[in-house]
Amino acid sequence: MTAMAETPLLSLSNIAKTFDSGTRAIGRLDLDVAEGEFVSLVGPSGCGKSTALRIVAGLLKPDAGTVTFPSGKPEMSFVFQEPTLMPWARALANARLPLDLKHMNRAEADDRAARALARVGLAGFETAFPRELSGGMKMRVSIARAIAAEPKLLLMDEPFAALDELTRQALNDDLLKLKEEDALTVLFVTHSVYESTYLSSRVVVMTPRPGRVAADLAMTPPAPRDENYRLTPEFAHAAARVSAALKQAMAA
Amino acid sequence: MKSWARYLTPLLVFVAALATWEWRVHALGISPLVLATPSEIWTAFFEHWDVLGPALLFTVRITAAAFVLATVAGVGLAVLFSQSRLIEYALYPFAVVLQVTPVVAIAPLLLIWIGYDNVGEVLVVLAWIISFFTVLSNTITGLRSADHNLIDLMKLYGASRLQVLWRLQLPGALPYILTGMKISGGLALIGAVTAEFVAGSGTDLGLGWVITLANRNLDTAQEFAALALLSILGIAILFAMTALEWALLHRWHESAVKKEG
Repeated sequence: MTAMAETPLLSLSNIAKTFDSGTRAIGRLDLDVAEGEFVSLVGPSGCGKSTALRIVAGLLKPDAGTVTFPSGKPEMSFVFQEPTLMPWARALANARLPLDLKHMNRAEADDRAARALARVGLAGFETAFPRELSGGMKMRVSIARAIAAEPKLLLMDEPFAALDELTRQALNDDLLKLKEEDALTVLFVTHSVYESTYLSSRVVVMTPRPGRVAADLAMTPPAPRDENYRLTPEFAHAAARVSAALKQAMAA
Repeated sequence: MKSWARYLTPLLVFVAALATWEWRVHALGISPLVLATPSEIWTAFFEHWDVLGPALLFTVRITAAAFVLATVAGVGLAVLFSQSRLIEYALYPFAVVLQVTPVVAIAPLLLIWIGYDNVGEVLVVLAWIISFFTVLSNTITGLRSADHNLIDLMKLYGASRLQVLWRLQLPGALPYILTGMKISGGLALIGAVTAEFVAGSGTDLGLGWVITLANRNLDTAQEFAALALLSILGIAILFAMTALEWALLHRWHESAVKKEG
């Protein structure tokens, strides 16, 4: 990996977080993410993956350690496991939210939000309310909202966990396409070995609570990836590596 | 069930009840001082319309004023509380005291403070005290029910507190506010009438005062006519609030979405 030699976009150093309830979510987490990487955080439930993501976003303060952005704090977007849409707002207004908050003029914001919706395959659904959309479509609106902000760093917290397998695979491919087109850096939390293997340039396996990095695996997926990649021996081999690392982390 | 049955059934039952009432009063020879018949009440409507009409208008005005004040104060205070815990701790107990105190008990005091010349204002204040707490407490719940992930997301995008309030908390609280207003509308009417029982006087004639006078004069038919007007007014308020709720929520909120299939 040449990425290691570059200045990282994001650097977590010695992060620790204990909640008021006494739960030690993260204990000494170190992680560098270089620009353009797709890094998945994989680990058992409650290993502090989501907590780490929230700390990166600045939504939680770590008890110890530092979060640094060596080349300046990048524009960030966050996608949650739930679509987290405003039910009273149409798809366009939902996608427009980050732009509205920045007081962008309405015409330009509408234009950008409509383009974002079109890019996630929702052209023609601008005036739909969330309740009129399927689970997968709602998640697409959520992703459209994230990319409408034109982020450099995209943080995703198990965004596809609640979706059926076909929708999930379609969204995986769409996400990879968006990442390439917008030169995004993605930090992706999942507990799916296959999803992380398929999507990532790097899979970071975490230990059970308190979460630390147990293994840091470079993936070398073909470019471009598509449906067929899932059926190759290379994919099976890569998934087996992640799976083995996860088992080892659980046992440790 | 056929849709006409929904409206026709209660109507038929209502007509049958009126007919039975009329018939039993005549058959048992009950004195009109004790119980007037529906036909006598109907006659009383027209006979006393010169009193009942203005009284209705007066009560509508008191109720409307109290309701508007209750909504403004209830939503306003709830917003204030949502922005500052300190203000909430400081003021919420007073709101509770106002709510739990039987309002009729402070009517004589209000009459002294605001003045016997301004009975209308005393009535508005009493009806307002009775009706505002439900708006306040519903709005507080609504503002607190905002999706925490959405609040986080807005913060990540640099939203100000005002933006979070305006774009997320208030629209999210709308179903709660409307529920509060629906109850508050009915309470404002109850407040306007009971306030008249305790604070009314000849200078301001509302339906509550008409009932008081008719009762003293043993004019049972007029008393019932006034009561019927109050029922109609209460129903009208409920219908208006339900219509408002539907207009504002039916596109997006589950409570107002028509079930399909």
